[in-house]
Amino acid sequence: MKRKDFLYLSGIGMGALMLPDLSAFGNPIDPLQALEGVDVKIKKELADVALNAAKSKGASYADIRIGRYLNQFVATREKRVQGVANTESYGIGVRVLANGCWGFAATNNVTKEAVAKAAEQAVAVAKANAKIQGEPVQLAPQKGFGEVSWKTPIEINAFEVPVKEKVDLLLNVNDIAMQNGASYINSVIFAVNEQKYFASTDGSYIDQDVHRIYPSFNVTRIDRESGKFQTRSALSSPMGMGYEYMNARPEDKVSGVVTRYKGRYDMLEDVKSAALNAAEKVKAKSVEPGKYDLVLDPSHLWLTIHESVGHPTELDRVLGYEANYAGTSFLTLDKWKSKNFKFGSERVNVIADKTQPGSLGAVGYDDEGVKCKKWDIIKDGILVNYQAIRDQAHIIGLDESQGCCYSQGWDDVQFQRMPNISLQAGKEKLSVDDMIKNVEKGIYIIGNGSFSIDQQRYNFQFGGQTFYEIKNGKIAGMLNDVAYQSNTQEFWNSCSAICDESDYRLGGSFNDGKGQPSQSSAVSHGSATTRFNGVNVINTARKI
Amino acid sequence: MAILSKEEAQAILKKVLSYSKADSCELSLSGSDGGNIRYARNAVSTAGQISVMDLAVSATFGKKTGVATINEFDDASLQKVVKRAEELAMLAPENPEFMPLLGPQTFQESATFNAKTAAITPDTRAEMVGKSLQVSKAANLEAAGFLENSTRFNAIMNSKGLFAYNKGTDVSFSVTVRNQAGTGSGYIEQGFNDLDKMDTLALSKIAASKATGSAAAKAIEPGKYTVILEPLAASDMLGNMFRGFDARSADEGRSFMSKKGGGTRLGEQLFSENVNIYSDPMNPEVPSATWTGDGLPVKRTQWVENGVVKNLSYSRYWAGQKGVEPVPFSRSIVMEGGTQSLEDLIKSTEKGILVTRFWYIRSVDPQTLLLTGLTRDGTFYIENGEIKFPVKNFRFNESPVIMLNNVEALGKPVRTGSGMIPPMKIRDFTFTSLSDAV
Repeated sequence: MKRKDFLYLSGIGMGALMLPDLSAFGNPIDPLQALEGVDVKIKKELADVALNAAKSKGASYADIRIGRYLNQFVATREKRVQGVANTESYGIGVRVLANGCWGFAATNNVTKEAVAKAAEQAVAVAKANAKIQGEPVQLAPQKGFGEVSWKTPIEINAFEVPVKEKVDLLLNVNDIAMQNGASYINSVIFAVNEQKYFASTDGSYIDQDVHRIYPSFNVTRIDRESGKFQTRSALSSPMGMGYEYMNARPEDKVSGVVTRYKGRYDMLEDVKSAALNAAEKVKAKSVEPGKYDLVLDPSHLWLTIHESVGHPTELDRVLGYEANYAGTSFLTLDKWKSKNFKFGSERVNVIADKTQPGSLGAVGYDDEGVKCKKWDIIKDGILVNYQAIRDQAHIIGLDESQGCCYSQGWDDVQFQRMPNISLQAGKEKLSVDDMIKNVEKGIYIIGNGSFSIDQQRYNFQFGGQTFYEIKNGKIAGMLNDVAYQSNTQEFWNSCSAICDESDYRLGGSFNDGKGQPSQSSAVSHGSATTRFNGVNVINTARKI
Repeated sequence: MAILSKEEAQAILKKVLSYSKADSCELSLSGSDGGNIRYARNAVSTAGQISVMDLAVSATFGKKTGVATINEFDDASLQKVVKRAEELAMLAPENPEFMPLLGPQTFQESATFNAKTAAITPDTRAEMVGKSLQVSKAANLEAAGFLENSTRFNAIMNSKGLFAYNKGTDVSFSVTVRNQAGTGSGYIEQGFNDLDKMDTLALSKIAASKATGSAAAKAIEPGKYTVILEPLAASDMLGNMFRGFDARSADEGRSFMSKKGGGTRLGEQLFSENVNIYSDPMNPEVPSATWTGDGLPVKRTQWVENGVVKNLSYSRYWAGQKGVEPVPFSRSIVMEGGTQSLEDLIKSTEKGILVTRFWYIRSVDPQTLLLTGLTRDGTFYIENGEIKFPVKNFRFNESPVIMLNNVEALGKPVRTGSGMIPPMKIRDFTFTSLSDAV
């Protein structure tokens, strides 16, 4: 699903889904029909037609992705269903190298003739652009894997769970919110299945079946008299899992000021807390701006990791390929080459991992046929590596890609996207309670809120869902109007404590945007609760 | 053939409608044909050519609606998609907000199509990007940019006799030019329906001069400043506000348009008296389709007059609830201005900051529409009517509502995206911190 369509569908205060908006993100289909995959034999035949056509027109390399992208979206507000959509998008995209330049063409007409024509068009595009090309593309070698497959290890296929069960759950969620004082509630369950087949002239034929799920809600509490309103959204996370994510076990719950979740999620429990939190937020005191020690819950910290560690270590940004859109990066190659650039304090260890179970980025092979792996990005506070794909590997002295190539659909070209980027838990035993005990003047932040960061990833500002004042080692009630502003390197060097592995949880996003035309990708970020000392907090209250 | 004529689209839709057994049926047929080039480090990075066509069928029994779409157009596939929509409708829950379909409507003929733009080939694109690269290479600068064009058509038909068709073209271009040391950066973007208006060479020269001019920026203290926002920067701020002109969320009490104690701020003086905003799909500079997805004609609508909120948008359902006429939103937003150029605005400024564009704007508080974000690609200090030196980028925390209460002067509107926005001089704009980003 494309970012703008998701934003439309998940938007607050939107009416019923309208026809043109549905068609924008794929073809609605019957749920049962969605379960029948396309025969691998047929896909291999089509793939060979494309690869042969590309080679015969002069391509030195070619790959084809045959994609069937299924989404199911159930959206409700208060007592009614706003939309149920089952969508499918099926088609092929061919990418070729000709005269040292990339070309790409895509079509939803999946016949041998149309596939061959797309391959020829891709070669024509490459040749037209080779005339204005500088250096030729240098592709890292990749061995072919032959015919292989991979599937997200799910327990319950979300597409097999009846729509009625999901509608009933969401209406129940809404009912609990309203009973607990909410003025409005929007709730959604969003399921994704990418059935993608990749083949290349290197001799790979890779069939993958990728599943993701995202339940969420947003509770609004309005105080008509003062005209004020506050919201609290779900503490769920999008996950690379099946419908089993919706069945929380006791061991998945993390108790504290509010229950948080790891592994699996209890939507009915969380919505009750959310309604109560929203009411508390309306009455909470406005923050006094100044320096505070921040204690950041993983449900919040994942987004700070994403923006301030994930994006600046993307090699395409470092090199300038994103200069016209997402931006470049302050983590320039000289800093990496020096082997002593102090990104953060010595506690800060960040890894990239495309294999982590349950994560959004986990697949067997990336979208250019590279087997997935994990590697260090920040080691003991020092920048040690980036995220690269085949045509970038040589720039950082690698003889193979790190497997970070992804495309959101068959009709978009694949390029470098962020793998799961996670902060490793502390090595010494430390609970959240023990962390808070040592904080004199601080703010404990749960859930992600407003976020903004500059195009080289120095200066950022983050909000949250709920903010608790910490005074002399104790939680002293809720705060409002909180946002913190910092500089990435300064912030990560102020990291003074990280809770242990028992507090480690994943957060993530279904909609990380990058590229032109803009593409969306899903990525997870793990962490345990972490403390940062002396961070600048501003007050965001205004009058209009 | 992804682009159908009015007659071809009408013939397919009539045939599909003849297969329907539902109480009511709505169809939407759309297609697009286009391509793009992306470049960076003075060389092409990716490029593509994409062609798609889709049919969506919405079938309704009572208040139960099912939707299905397909991208194959033989008779068997068309029959199948109608049947599938009808089956889904039988399974669907009742939608209490379902609105009966509209009958035939009269629509103005839009001016969104341009034959020259529709005839763009991969070679045209390569040539246009080649001109941009000439500029950066000649000046020993580095360019990254994106050129995209498309031809699209949309047609709708329903079982009550409504039919509408629109065909349009777009070509859009953006480029970031940076100096080799990475200490200066300039940007420009432009989009048109008409290829003849697009000059990638001239646009790239502007971005290049900003890259050179913004090098070695000085740090000045954040705080409240008079700012001159170029139309692109102004449009970045206002886009967020226009989306809030929705009557339903205002009535529900969860928008900046909600009134204390209930109701909306329709009719209130919310902005400075010199603020006038309307939308008009027939505006020749920013044409757009003259109908909405559910078949409502889109006409010129005044949203703000002399600072007073004159209209909020009402869906057909919400209009019915409130006993008013529906008001659809249009893409062709025009904020009126004056006759002054950007240079005139600079000349009349004693002390201020010139902002080329903003970046990474996010909502901080929906209640006040407080936004945060940063300046990017050319921020300059103005003193005594002249640009004195480039300054480091700032983070701001500001509400467009507050901003439009502090309007000192407005220049001549120019096309930015799908609107016409003037350059503007705003007092007391709030910058809250500095950024090292270039």
